[in-house]
Amino acid sequence: MSNSHDHKPGFFARWFFSTNHKDIGTLYLIFGILSGLIGGYLSFMMRLELMEPGFQVFDNPHTFNMYVSMHGLLMIFFLVMPALIGGFGNWFVPLMIGAPDMAFPRLNNLSFWLLPTALICLLISMFIPGNPSGDGFAGSWVMYPPLSTSGHSGPAFDFVIIGLLAAGFSSIFGAINFITTIFNMRAPGMTMHKMPLFAWSVLVTAWLLLLALPVLAAALFMLFFDRNAGTGFFDAAKGGDPEMFQHLFWFFGHPEVYIMVLPAFGIISHIISTFSRKPIFGYLGMAYAMVSIGVVGFIVWAHHMYTVGMDVDLKAYFLAATLIIAVPTGIKIFSWLATMWGGSLSFSIPMQWALAFIFLFVVGGVTGVALANAGYDAAVHDTYFVVAHFHYVLSMGAVFGIFAGFTYWFGKMSGYLYNKYLAAAHFWFFFIGVNLVFFPQHFLGMQGMPRRYVDYPAEFAFYNKISTLGAMVTLVGVLFFLLWLAEAFIVKRKAADNYWGEGANTLEWTLPSPPPFHQFNTLPRIK
Amino acid sequence: MRFSPLVRMSGLAVAALSVATTAFAESNKNGPTDGDIGFQRSVTPVMDSITGFNNYWLVPIMIGIVVIVTVLMVYIMIRFRAKANPEPSKVTHNTMLEVVWTLVPVIILMALAVPSMKLLYFADVVPEAGLVIKATGNTWNWEYSYPDYEDKVDSYISSIVDIPHDEKRVNGEALTHDQIIAKLGADLGGRPYLLATDAPLVVPVDTIVKVLVTSNNNIHAFAVPQFGIKIDAVPGRINETWFKVKAGEEATYYGQCSEICGVNHAFMPIEVQVVSKAEFKRWIANGGSFTTQYSQNTIGGTQTATAQ
Repeated sequence: MSNSHDHKPGFFARWFFSTNHKDIGTLYLIFGILSGLIGGYLSFMMRLELMEPGFQVFDNPHTFNMYVSMHGLLMIFFLVMPALIGGFGNWFVPLMIGAPDMAFPRLNNLSFWLLPTALICLLISMFIPGNPSGDGFAGSWVMYPPLSTSGHSGPAFDFVIIGLLAAGFSSIFGAINFITTIFNMRAPGMTMHKMPLFAWSVLVTAWLLLLALPVLAAALFMLFFDRNAGTGFFDAAKGGDPEMFQHLFWFFGHPEVYIMVLPAFGIISHIISTFSRKPIFGYLGMAYAMVSIGVVGFIVWAHHMYTVGMDVDLKAYFLAATLIIAVPTGIKIFSWLATMWGGSLSFSIPMQWALAFIFLFVVGGVTGVALANAGYDAAVHDTYFVVAHFHYVLSMGAVFGIFAGFTYWFGKMSGYLYNKYLAAAHFWFFFIGVNLVFFPQHFLGMQGMPRRYVDYPAEFAFYNKISTLGAMVTLVGVLFFLLWLAEAFIVKRKAADNYWGEGANTLEWTLPSPPPFHQFNTLPRIK
Repeated sequence: MRFSPLVRMSGLAVAALSVATTAFAESNKNGPTDGDIGFQRSVTPVMDSITGFNNYWLVPIMIGIVVIVTVLMVYIMIRFRAKANPEPSKVTHNTMLEVVWTLVPVIILMALAVPSMKLLYFADVVPEAGLVIKATGNTWNWEYSYPDYEDKVDSYISSIVDIPHDEKRVNGEALTHDQIIAKLGADLGGRPYLLATDAPLVVPVDTIVKVLVTSNNNIHAFAVPQFGIKIDAVPGRINETWFKVKAGEEATYYGQCSEICGVNHAFMPIEVQVVSKAEFKRWIANGGSFTTQYSQNTIGGTQTATAQ
């Protein structure tokens, strides 16, 4: 690739007015790491509080609940989504499909800069009055009214609403950009059925964002009007229905969980294929499994609401529909295994993350099948069993996907190679740590410990202690992450164009590391 | 023959697990137990069904799938590591295989759906009830009333037995549970801290009890793990669920609010005292209080005043 016209603007123009998909991707990744550290700090304080029965850290249960709420919102909207979609999506969708940039570069810039705005709103909310009990919004990331309306009379939740609207519009704009780019800017010869699976995963994710987030935005607007304009959408005393909010929220919220994990599916597929030195097994099945997960993901939302008092036939429907999702998910797991079967496997750092992802996702997946059963759900709903389940698929599914992608593409993005011993320490401390944190929580949930509790009966002490010890191990893992990151930029080991060898055969590996400021001035042709 | 160790291993796991579950089921303890990995002991038909569904369907399926995938993965990692297999194969399709791994999960899930649906309809459809009680969520306590005996028993508030939060820290040092329990002394009366209340819900044994649940403000959830019930308390709506405590299981059972409802979400437990039918009749006749002190429970002073 010729890069004789590789003209970069000055620092301020380059990073603050950026219209370059790679720079914007980098901004998203830096932003994701920063908000992940804040969200991680919140969860670490929660674990310290729960290390033993009694009040350890927090004097005011409201503050603990606020930490719970902000941890959820930060991790979902400001770590996982920006890193996977904004970060890797921006960086690698154009590279993989052979496009010079995204379809709407200025919209791309807007998408990014809405996010820091949103984050600032959320951070401000933590320090202004939430309700008479304390500062900040403490109604959990699900924001159910009346707790989020009459239950939070202070301005904190208004800041949360505004922040989430900004983040939501950021995602909608990003989704429009991805869909347009993928449909219109593929290199000559790259048909949809030749498109790399990561691009497929981002395409499906973008459709989910485009269809789900407006519903969240509507629900947030209604909350805002209920709080500030005297409307009664969710107020039973005015003829509204608080449960209507839950339906709107989960109509967004369930696709949201696939929004978080589908891009990770895409990344894992490339890594498994690269380090098996084999093309992905059952490519079409893999692509359409993601499409069907996306479609079915829209018709199962009320399985989050089995205890709200729904009609039993409705529960039966949601039970059946939810079980169906296990089928395409199973196809993905089996296809990854079949890709490795007969391959020539090497266990580089990204492959370790990817293999751990498969294992952890299966563990989180089978507890998901358990939770789908509406009758059974009464025993574990809103207990730590649910916390364990969704952290296995998110904190360990999506986040392992992020680390897998980050260690896979770090050399491509930065131009530098990392120290593999430091990166291996990061992986092992993190892997052992998160399992110690979350596996015992299954047992706590079975025994009946409810979620979002600042203090618990002494009968739940043992596994809570183990869980907190696990958080400390995880913290060591995070420190190793920051360490290898810093080390790589200090030592500056130059990365070759294709440092993973022949297994890595998507278009980004045909470019230098890092790629030139503008790539594919002559479009590549796909055979 | 290649897979025989795999089959043996998953069989072992399932066997070990069924031993574990039966071992825990034999204890007669009520309430949560530190270190236990399974459900609390069931005392109602619904929780029996949930426990059975867990032990005979979900756990074997869950462990089976995790074990199969893990063993397969480890096998692949050893057999096809670069050293052992330097030349990767070029196989990327096998229609038969893909059909099989789509259909087998479908069959497993369809088999699972049958007992699951049975459980759902059994737990969810309220049978003809012998007693109706109403639980109303407040911030942050529960209010119980007996619509069948409105003329005899006034509705009463059931609050946690606790000290105020701001007394839980002395000179910056947090009190341990033991210190708090010592402070509460007779009010707690040996009952578990954070689960005991000043006025339990009282119901007769071996009777189908229908529970109507609603809320005055935020959403709460009424839950008793040993009964297998959990139902949201939603303002403007009356939800219902039911339980029938098996004969011979007169005791005190505990649950906790299970939907975040504000600052004291963790401090509004549910205490259910299950008494004999005769004792329940006396309790009603006596206007909602026991003639003699029953079990280790005391009805708290202030609340009994409203109850009488």
